[in-house]
Amino acid sequence: MPLTDGSASNQRVALNLKGVTRRFGSFVAVDNLNMTIKTGERRAILGSNGAGKTTLFNLITGDFPLSEGSIEIEGVESSTLPTHKRIQAGLRRTYQHALLFDSLSVRDTLLLAVVGIHNKWPLFYPLKKNSKYHEKAEALAKVAGLSSKMDVLVGALSHGQKRQLEIGIALSGDPKIVLFDEPAAGLSPAERPVLTELLLSLPKKLSVILIEHDMDIALETSNIVSVMHNGKHLLEGEPEEVVHSDIVREIYVGKRQ
Amino acid sequence: MSRTLLLIVVILIILPAFISDFWLNQILTRSIILGIAALSLTFLTTYLGVVSFAQITLAGVAGYTIAYFSPNTTGLGIELPWLFAVALALLFSTLAGAFVGAIAKKSVGIYSIMITLAISMAFFYFTRQNYSIFNGWTGFSGITAPVAFGVSLEDSLVFYYATLLSATAAGYLVVKFTSSPLGLAVQGVKDAARRVRAIGIPTTPVIIAAYAFSGFIAGMSGVLNVWQQERISSFSVGLGPTIDLLIIAVIGGMRHPLGAFIGAITYVLIDTFVIDLFSRDRFNMIIGLVLLFIVMAAPQGILGSFLSAQKRIRKYDNNAIKRKIKNDCEI
Ligand SMILES: Nc1ncnc2c1ncn2[C@@H]1O[C@H](COP(=O)(O)OP(=O)(O)OP(=O)(O)O)[C@@H](O)[C@H]1O
Ligand SMILES: [Mg+2]
Repeated sequence: MPLTDGSASNQRVALNLKGVTRRFGSFVAVDNLNMTIKTGERRAILGSNGAGKTTLFNLITGDFPLSEGSIEIEGVESSTLPTHKRIQAGLRRTYQHALLFDSLSVRDTLLLAVVGIHNKWPLFYPLKKNSKYHEKAEALAKVAGLSSKMDVLVGALSHGQKRQLEIGIALSGDPKIVLFDEPAAGLSPAERPVLTELLLSLPKKLSVILIEHDMDIALETSNIVSVMHNGKHLLEGEPEEVVHSDIVREIYVGKRQ
Repeated sequence: MSRTLLLIVVILIILPAFISDFWLNQILTRSIILGIAALSLTFLTTYLGVVSFAQITLAGVAGYTIAYFSPNTTGLGIELPWLFAVALALLFSTLAGAFVGAIAKKSVGIYSIMITLAISMAFFYFTRQNYSIFNGWTGFSGITAPVAFGVSLEDSLVFYYATLLSATAAGYLVVKFTSSPLGLAVQGVKDAARRVRAIGIPTTPVIIAAYAFSGFIAGMSGVLNVWQQERISSFSVGLGPTIDLLIIAVIGGMRHPLGAFIGAITYVLIDTFVIDLFSRDRFNMIIGLVLLFIVMAAPQGILGSFLSAQKRIRKYDNNAIKRKIKNDCEI
């Protein structure tokens, strides 16, 4: 058995997208997209507004059904699985526009995320205050920097705190693949390094896809970069190489220099 | 709030010593029973964010079950020990709630209203036309409340305390349920159903569970109602009671589930005394005016308005205290 050392296990595939297509009417938002995310990979997706990045995330999680193509999560064909099954399989996400439970407290939100992942949500009596689920929720709050806000209603959080909570939710349980949709959007310059730090401190075996317009954060936290344009996966490669490619300059600046 | 609640319960415990039988039966006991039914509705509106017109149906399912399995003068049904009959009644109303939830699961707003209304009207007509179980439009009469643990629930004071205990239990259950994982998921569905799925929880069973729980609460009221009225018929599950329950919920306020009881007592007082002052025909006009006033002047209902006023006063107090501390420090 020669191929079972570390380098081989690094080659395991976490997420495999084949011919992924999504149409809204006659408009093609994601167009025959192929992408392979290896275990532990950190991939940034660049692309102008309307390129189809968020739609791609919605297809991976099952928020939207595919028009065509296939999605394998950890080697399991998942394109027809309901969202919650994909989450149970290790997928997590944040939403570009915070999608949270405004009438719950931060504590209850994180607790719900924890019991959701651990399949304890059908319990219809309150958990003990010192249950391990409460501990896990506290731990998530700590990672997300919200320990002092546990009893604040989510609806009353600031924009930045809502984004932090999105991240806390996305890290509950034992995630295998996390999709971050513009986590830095709307953050102050002071909050950005904190986010970078957090992204860099994620466990090594975690696979990450990060949609990010902030080039600094994207480059610092990723080891592979993809470019999307008009729903297509235009190219992928080493961060430096991609960022300095003509195509990226064209998309971002508008014309070839 | 919890200290206020305790005070209210204590007052309700000693109140029978000071009031007549009429007040005890027709005002207090009746209000509490209606309040439990309305609680099953305000639970859904507050936590799941849907308006259900089927709560009277769910109460009716329990009511008919208890009638069928209790001694009655209709000559229909099977007599069971009362605890079994109650257990079956609550089981059936819970299952009926789950059934309503399974049908209405994807609907909110006007659609949940239409679907639940359709279900309740279907049940109404079914009870009118079926004689083998529901005894047609005459229904059941002469139902006697049981002797429970050595005391007869036919006694109005005993029955009042049983009702009060049931209401307290219902309120307790709602509080516990809403802080349970499933209850949190219910509230999550109201705020962002997509997000609930994106944390690994399927939303359909959550919605069905919320309706089932509301069916259990409605069932409690259904059982008590039949024991108090000693009868049940298709009229008990018709459009009239259905709309009355909605009126109660609106009067009390849908933002806090306990508004149900405030709404119920207000409704019963109007129902009882306005009829004396005017005539029965005027009742709908009066209740309509009250409703109009509430919707325009206090859209959160009586309890909702009271709570926000209290919050304002508290805030004012806090500010006053802060100012005082600041002044003291500066001196
Ligand atoms: N539910 C929908 N119905 C119709 N069109 C949609 C829908 N969702 C997205 N689109 C369209 O698909 C295209 C891609 O949108 P998407 O949100 O994926 O872009 P994006 O790359 O995330 O852009 P941004 O950087 O602005 O977030 C857009 O033109 C958008 O209008
Ligand atoms: Mg987007």
